[in-house]
Amino acid sequence: MSLLDRTVEFAGALRSAGIPVSTAETVDAMRAFGKVDIVEREHLRAAFAATVCKRAQHRATFDTLFDLYFPPKIGDGASQELEGMGGDGEGDDEPMDFGDMSKEMREQLRDLLLDGDEDAIRRFARSAVSSLGRTDSPAGRQSYFTYRVLRALSPETLIASLLAAMMGDQERGGMAEKVARQTISERIKAFEEAVESEVRRRLAETKGVEAVTKTAVKPLTDQVDFLRASRNDLIELRRQVQPLARRLATRLTAKRRLGRSGKLDFRRTVRASLATGGVPLETKHRPHKPHKPELVVFCDVSGSVSSFAHFTLMLTHALREQFSKVRCFAFIDTCDEVTDYLRSVDIGDAMARIAQNADLVWFDGHSDYGHAFEVFAERYPDAITSRTSLLVLGDARNNHRSAAAPTVRRLVKAARHSYWLNPEPRTYWGSGDSATNTYEPLFDEMVECRNVEQLAEFVQRLLPS
Amino acid sequence: MQQFPVFGDVADVRDRLEAVGYLADDAIATTVFLADRLGKPLLVEGPAGTGKTELAKAVASAVNAELVRLQCYEGLDEARALYEWNYKKQLLRIQASGGDSEWGDTHDDIFSEEFLLSRPLLTAIRRTEPTVLLIDETDKADVEVEGLLLEVLSDFQVTIPELGTIVATRKPFVVLTSNATRELSEALKRRCLYLYLDYPTADREKAIIKARVPELPEELAEQLVRTVRALRAMELKKAPSVAESIDWAHTLLALGLNTLDEAAVSSTLGVILKHASDQARATQQLKLS
Repeated sequence: MSLLDRTVEFAGALRSAGIPVSTAETVDAMRAFGKVDIVEREHLRAAFAATVCKRAQHRATFDTLFDLYFPPKIGDGASQELEGMGGDGEGDDEPMDFGDMSKEMREQLRDLLLDGDEDAIRRFARSAVSSLGRTDSPAGRQSYFTYRVLRALSPETLIASLLAAMMGDQERGGMAEKVARQTISERIKAFEEAVESEVRRRLAETKGVEAVTKTAVKPLTDQVDFLRASRNDLIELRRQVQPLARRLATRLTAKRRLGRSGKLDFRRTVRASLATGGVPLETKHRPHKPHKPELVVFCDVSGSVSSFAHFTLMLTHALREQFSKVRCFAFIDTCDEVTDYLRSVDIGDAMARIAQNADLVWFDGHSDYGHAFEVFAERYPDAITSRTSLLVLGDARNNHRSAAAPTVRRLVKAARHSYWLNPEPRTYWGSGDSATNTYEPLFDEMVECRNVEQLAEFVQRLLPS
Repeated sequence: MQQFPVFGDVADVRDRLEAVGYLADDAIATTVFLADRLGKPLLVEGPAGTGKTELAKAVASAVNAELVRLQCYEGLDEARALYEWNYKKQLLRIQASGGDSEWGDTHDDIFSEEFLLSRPLLTAIRRTEPTVLLIDETDKADVEVEGLLLEVLSDFQVTIPELGTIVATRKPFVVLTSNATRELSEALKRRCLYLYLDYPTADREKAIIKARVPELPEELAEQLVRTVRALRAMELKKAPSVAESIDWAHTLLALGLNTLDEAAVSSTLGVILKHASDQARATQQLKLS
């Protein structure tokens, strides 16, 4: 297959993974290839990245796909070894017992992790996959599994001995240990990633690239489903809060400035006219005073949706300068004000403290929207005014309890705007114990808010320009 | 239009950048090389303090080019970026001539080179010597400026109604930087080569620190890099940048500290973490107190 065909296919794969690649950019990529030495794989990767991958958050996906479509030079040991094994009728495989081999390789891995040479680790991952990760299915087809390698080598269990070697006679428990742990876990992660990528490469070799591409590509961070996010996804999401808030705020100020021209600023106009001999060529205006809404956030923090609530609270907190006032209330089956917790230094820990200190559970700790609304209306009658935008976060899964619709209707009426953000897919609304059918008509709008992209879209709409 | 003085190959880029004190990895060297060869502007994005501006300066000094810098800010307009007529001087000229000369003469006179204030973009285009044009913090400028940049960077020509079209005799090497506080427009990105400068790998960061602070002992550099990486792994408002690691190395040297223990870190934490909440978090997680 020619380089051109490969490139076009690769561009297609990038597009279907959600990375926009224009035809002009593909042409640029081809031109770039003409200039670099394509035997140098990292140069090729850089050339591709420079021409077709123009957003930092796309980079991980790009790298995964690049490794599949432009695998490392065959003959780096990996495939030759493979042929050798197959050709000799699995002869070389037998003498070495699987257990012994993994033991020996664990020793090697330990030394490598201690040393931290990235290339060596990658090379090791490659050979580990071929010797430990392979299973031969009866039909004579080979398959490779990441978990086989990681289970045989179990790098996590090496941490203690690595820690001892790395720290020497330094004191335990303090900063040195924390730093050493970080270094080790970083290296282990690099090793695991190398194994994963090698397994993908092997699979692509036997099953074809297209088959692997579908499973290999993780969704982009801003499209990760809140309700299905893994722990790592959540950490990544939290990292995005600040940049996202900053981007939203910047876009907003830009929009506000475009529709500028407030009242004429007479003094500055006259002052400017002096430069043009007293003729006021340019009029100066006072900036508009932006309307800042008051926000009351009412969020479900029960287990099922807490990650969504957490993220959204962090975002509203990060955007607090855009609102004249933000008050937050959390609930499970009763509600409590949590504004003060969010004001604290470290918002990352705020959720944990809310769970500990706020009075959220009244009966059994299962979501009860009806009771929570009742308590809210009773305890904070002045929270909602005619300037307030009311924002409810939750999946409306009410465990078949009373919805307290009259109270909610009254609250919504008192507020200027009312929105409900629901992290569940729209198709699930109203199924089972979901009370969306009761609540949806009461609110201005119930919005599906499953990922960061949708949330950002909504926040932009919420903030007036 | 003449091309920019060309780098021989990727290794050449790396060597020449290294000679002026900028340690480039494969991705940086290749992208700079391509930007040079393909004659396309280079858009460098990444967190603050990872050496974006530094890269442009290094390229300039590696090829003995002059650096023309356009610093973007909110409200930057054509008059500040491209050119402006010096109308005060023009007024003066009209008044000085006292009305006895023909309008045509005066017109030709006041719209001449003498009354033109050349701003960075025009300056870069008109130069005949090798030039590196650095458009810094492009994301700070308004969206309209991007339109202007598109026009200038695609043709490398500027039309001044009174003077005619000025075409670059020698294409400058253009570097745009951005901290990604907002997404730059697709159109601009499409025309540029893109380089994301992230925090470097441990080895490279160590090499950078040793190049910048040669007096720093090997052992301490190693400790410093590891500690900085541990800090970056925390959820901080602003993770320490490479520039701050270098500052930290200088600080440790100046204070005569030769090992990075709890006391040393907590007394110098202000050098790398600039938010009170970040410091509190680091103190707690590294168990400094």
